[in-house]
Amino acid sequence: MARVIAGSECWPFTGGASEFEVEGATVRDLIASLDARFPGLGAFVDKRMAFAIDGEIHQDAWFSPIRPDSEVCLIPKIGGG
Amino acid sequence: MSKIHVTTTVNGDSAEFLAGPGVTLMDALRDELGLTGTKEGCGSGDCGACSVIVDGRIVCSCLMLAPEAEGRRIETIEGLAQGGQLHPLQQKFLEHAALQCGFCTPGILMASKALLDANPDPTETEARYWLAGNLCRCTGYDKIIRAVMDAAAELRQERVA
Amino acid sequence: MSETLDKPAAKAPLTIVGTRPIRPDGADKVTGRAAFGADFHMPGQLVGRVLRSPHAHARIVSIDTSKAKALPGVKAIVTAADFPDLASEMVEGSEASSDIRDLSLNVMARHKVLYHGHAVAAVAAVSGDIAEEALARIKVTYEVLPHVTDVEEAMAPGAPLLHDHLFTEGLEARPAQASNIARKHRFVRGDLAEGFAAADVVVERRYDTKATHQGYIEPHACVAAWGEDGRCDVWCSSQGQFTIRSYCAKVLGLETSDIRVTPAEIGGGFGGKTTVYLEPLALALSRASGHPVKMVMSREEVFRATGPTSGGVIEVKLGAKKDGTIVAAEVELKFQAGAFPGSPVGTAAMTALACYDIPNFSIVGWDVVTNTPKTAAYRAPGAPISAFGVESAVDELAQKLGLDAIAIREKNAVRDGTKASYGPTFQNIAYVDTLKVIKDSAHWNTPLGPNQGRGFAVGFWFNVGGESTAAVHIGEDGSAVVVTGNPDIGGSRASMAMMAAETLGLPIEKVRPMIADTNAIGYSMLTGGSRVTFATGMAVVQAAEKVVADLRGRAAKLWDVAADQVVWQGGQAVCLDPAKADKKPLTIEALAAQSARTGGPISAQAAINAQGPGPGFAAHLCDVEVDPETGVVSVLRYTASQDVGKAIHPSYVEGQVQGGVAQGVGWALNEEYVFDADGRMENAGFLDYRMPVASDLPMLDAILVETAPNPRHPFGAKGVGEVPIVPPLAAVANAVSAAIGVRMPNLPLSPPKVLAALDAKAG
Repeated sequence: MARVIAGSECWPFTGGASEFEVEGATVRDLIASLDARFPGLGAFVDKRMAFAIDGEIHQDAWFSPIRPDSEVCLIPKIGGG
Repeated sequence: MSKIHVTTTVNGDSAEFLAGPGVTLMDALRDELGLTGTKEGCGSGDCGACSVIVDGRIVCSCLMLAPEAEGRRIETIEGLAQGGQLHPLQQKFLEHAALQCGFCTPGILMASKALLDANPDPTETEARYWLAGNLCRCTGYDKIIRAVMDAAAELRQERVA
Repeated sequence: MSETLDKPAAKAPLTIVGTRPIRPDGADKVTGRAAFGADFHMPGQLVGRVLRSPHAHARIVSIDTSKAKALPGVKAIVTAADFPDLASEMVEGSEASSDIRDLSLNVMARHKVLYHGHAVAAVAAVSGDIAEEALARIKVTYEVLPHVTDVEEAMAPGAPLLHDHLFTEGLEARPAQASNIARKHRFVRGDLAEGFAAADVVVERRYDTKATHQGYIEPHACVAAWGEDGRCDVWCSSQGQFTIRSYCAKVLGLETSDIRVTPAEIGGGFGGKTTVYLEPLALALSRASGHPVKMVMSREEVFRATGPTSGGVIEVKLGAKKDGTIVAAEVELKFQAGAFPGSPVGTAAMTALACYDIPNFSIVGWDVVTNTPKTAAYRAPGAPISAFGVESAVDELAQKLGLDAIAIREKNAVRDGTKASYGPTFQNIAYVDTLKVIKDSAHWNTPLGPNQGRGFAVGFWFNVGGESTAAVHIGEDGSAVVVTGNPDIGGSRASMAMMAAETLGLPIEKVRPMIADTNAIGYSMLTGGSRVTFATGMAVVQAAEKVVADLRGRAAKLWDVAADQVVWQGGQAVCLDPAKADKKPLTIEALAAQSARTGGPISAQAAINAQGPGPGFAAHLCDVEVDPETGVVSVLRYTASQDVGKAIHPSYVEGQVQGGVAQGVGWALNEEYVFDADGRMENAGFLDYRMPVASDLPMLDAILVETAPNPRHPFGAKGVGEVPIVPPLAAVANAVSAAIGVRMPNLPLSPPKVLAALDAKAG
C-alpha cells in the first residue's frame, strides 16, 4: 500500500488525517481508493492537486505508476511565470 | 489636419513620406516606411527601444516628430548590416548571447554603434553609462556590455589593419 | 565570468549539448527582421483603443456610447454587454488555473470597476486619433465606492468589499460573511510550541514588499481578424498561443476550433503574458466592425491594467539551538491578489522554508483581493516575497548566533532524502553544492571597504513539466526542421535545435527550429514555469529518437539485415553485422535522398505530458556600498550559483540567472507601485517606475552547478528560469543591513528609506 501524505487542503475530506495508506498501482487507481475511503477527496485531488511520487512531481498523469512502498504526497498544482 | 511631405535619408537611401504634424519619427519609420525593426517600448523616451541615429547622434525616435526628419540622415537597425555582412556589434551580440527576447536589441545595437562611433575605446563604466538609456529586462546587461567591449576591440583592430 | 562545477557524465560524450552555438534565430533578432506583437499588419486593419476606469472602485451606472458611435471613422464599440456573462468555472489547460468568470470580468468590467485602469469599453476606428476622440465621447456614469489597496486594510473588518460573493476558502467552517480574504493556505509540521520551547535563540520580525511589475519591454499587442465564416485569427505575442486560444474562446463563448492563434516573437513576459487582456476585445471589435483590428497597449496601460505581482506582508519567527540548528519556524503571509482572487501566496507558502530541514513549523498564507490590477504570474510566483522575509530572518539569526551566513544554511540544509517543507522527499538535488561553490568563490573572501556590506540568501523553485508537442521533419537534403508550440522568450529555439542535433547526430547549423500556430502543431502548455527546455525538450528528443529509429530501419532494409544490427552513430547508420562488413555507413543525407524509395518522407512527432521536473536551488552573494549622504545603494559584486541539472546552452542558462538577478535587484532597491489617496498608481511609466539600467549593475557572475542531473530528462536538464529571482531581494537587503548596521525589513530600499534608517540610527 502506498503511503499518502495529504496537506491541509485535503483535511476537510479526511477529517484532519494527514497520513494514511491506500492501494493504487497508478495515480488513477489511487484517486479511486482515496475517494472510496474519503468520499469527495478523489474528485478534489484530481482537479486541484499534484502527486509527488517518491519526490517526483506528477500533474494530470493518471497512468503514472506507484510502487507498493511509494510515498505519495498530495500538493497543490504548481504553475509558474 | 493635412499631412506634411517629408524628404529624408534613411540608411543611405533617400526616402519620402507623408506625416501628420504630430506623428513621431518612430511611427513614420514603422508605419509609413515599414521599418518595424525600431521598437516602441514606452513612447516617452525612457526605454530606448526606438533608438535611431540622426545625423550621427543617438535619439529616441518616439520623442522626435517625423517632419523634423526633413533633410536629415537617419540610420536604423535595418541599415546596420552592410552588403549581407553583420556589423561587428551584431556578430558579437550573437557570439556573447547578449540578447534573450531580442525586443530591446535593435535600440541597444544602435546606441552601441553611436557609442563606438564617438568613442572607439570606452571603459566598461563609460559603456554602462552610455547604454543607461536603453532598458533590457532579460539579460541583466552583463553579456551586452561584454559584447560591446569585444566589438569595440575588434573594430579597433580592423582600423589598425 | 562564469564557471561550471561538473561531474563527468557516464553516457556517451555530448558534442552539441553543453556548447555555446549562435542561436538559430539570431540574425533575425539583431537585424530588426524578427516580427514582434506590434509588427504585424493586415490590409484594412482598424485601430482599437480601450476606455479605462478613472476610479479605483465604482459601480457602473450607465454607459452611453451614442456620441462616440456618431463620430465618422468609428467602426465599432464594445462593452461588457457584448460579451457573455459567464458563470464561475475553474479552467485548467494552463499552469495556474483561474476562474473564467474573473478572467472575463478583468478583460471588460461588468456592473463594477475594481481598479483604476479597469477596461469599461473598447473602440475600433480608422485611425488612432479618431479612436481616442471616440473614447472621450463615451459617457460613463459611475457611483464611486470606497476603495482599498493595502493588503492588511483589505483584511480588516469593515473594509470596502470588492465582491459580495467572496467567502474565504480554506477555513475550518465557511464564514458567515463575505470578505476580501479569498483563501487561507496552511502548511504545518511537528509541534510549534514545543519547537520554540526547545530554542535557545528566537528572532521575530515583520517584513513587507510592494507590488512590482514584470516590466517586459514589449507592451501587449495583437491583431484579430474575424472571418465571415465564423473562423477567426489572432496574431499576438504571448507566452502560449494555445492558452490565448482557449481563453479567447471562453471569454467570447466560441468554439476553440474556430480560433487560430499565431504566435509573434515575444518581447519578454516573465509570467505577465500568460493571460489575455486585448485579444478578446480585438476579436469582439473585429466581429462588430467586419475589419481586422489591431490593438497595442501604451506603457501606461501596461502598468495600470496588466498583472503586477503582489505586494505582501511576511511575518517570520525562527527558533534555533545555540549550534545553529533551526528547531521551529512560524511564517504568516498576506498577499494582495489585486481585483480578483489568485495571488501567488500558495506557492510563496510552499517555497518559504523549502531550503531548510525544520522539524516544527507553521506557514499560513492569505490571498486577499484589493482595488489594484489583478496580479499575474511573475517569475517563480510568490517565492521571492516569502524568501525575502525568511532569508532576512535567517541572516538575523546567524548574526545572533555568531555563525556565518553559509554555515547556518549548511547546518539546516535539505539534501537527498530530506522531506521537503511542502511534503515530498527530495531526490537528485544539489543545493549544498550551490552553497559550497559560493564559499569557494573569490567573491566570498574579497575584503569590504567602508560603507560596504555583504549579503547572502538562498532560494527554491519547483519547476514544472506538462504537455508539449514537437515534430521533427527531415528535408530531402538531410537537414532537420524542429517544430514546437512554445514561444521562445529567452533563446529556447537554440536549446530545442541543440537537443535535436545531438540526438540526430547533425551539425547544429542543419537543424532549423520553428514555432507553429495552434493549427500547425499539437497542444502545448505555456512557455512558463521553467518548463520548455525540460518538457518541450523531452518531446523534441523523443521525436528525434523516432526519426533515428526510422532511419535505422531503412538502413537495415537496404542492407538486408535485422534492425538491431544497425546502430546510429555520429549522424549515420552503421552496420554491425560482420557478414556485411562491406556496407559503408549511411549518412542522414544519403538516407534522406532515398526516402521516397524507402518508405516516404522521414518525419516524426512526440506529444507528451512530461512529469518529474527537477527542482531548482540557488545561492546568491551580493556586495553593496551605501552612500551615507544620499542613501543610494550601489551593487558592487554579485555571484549567483544554481543547481541547473545540466545546462543545454550554458550562455543562455547564465543569461537566465543574470536576468533574474537584475530583476530581483530592481525589486529590492527601487521598483514599487505607488498609489495615491484615490487608489491611482502614481508612477505608471519607466521614468518613475525605476527598473535597473546598465549603469546600476556590475557584471553578474553565474556559477552553474551540474552535479545532480535530472534523471527524467535525456540530458539531465532542470528548469532554470525562475529560481534566480528568488534570493536577490534578501541578498541585497541583507547586504544593505550589513553596510549600515540596521535591519531593513521594508522593500524597496530606495534612497529616502535608507537615508531615514541612517538618520534614525544616528539619533
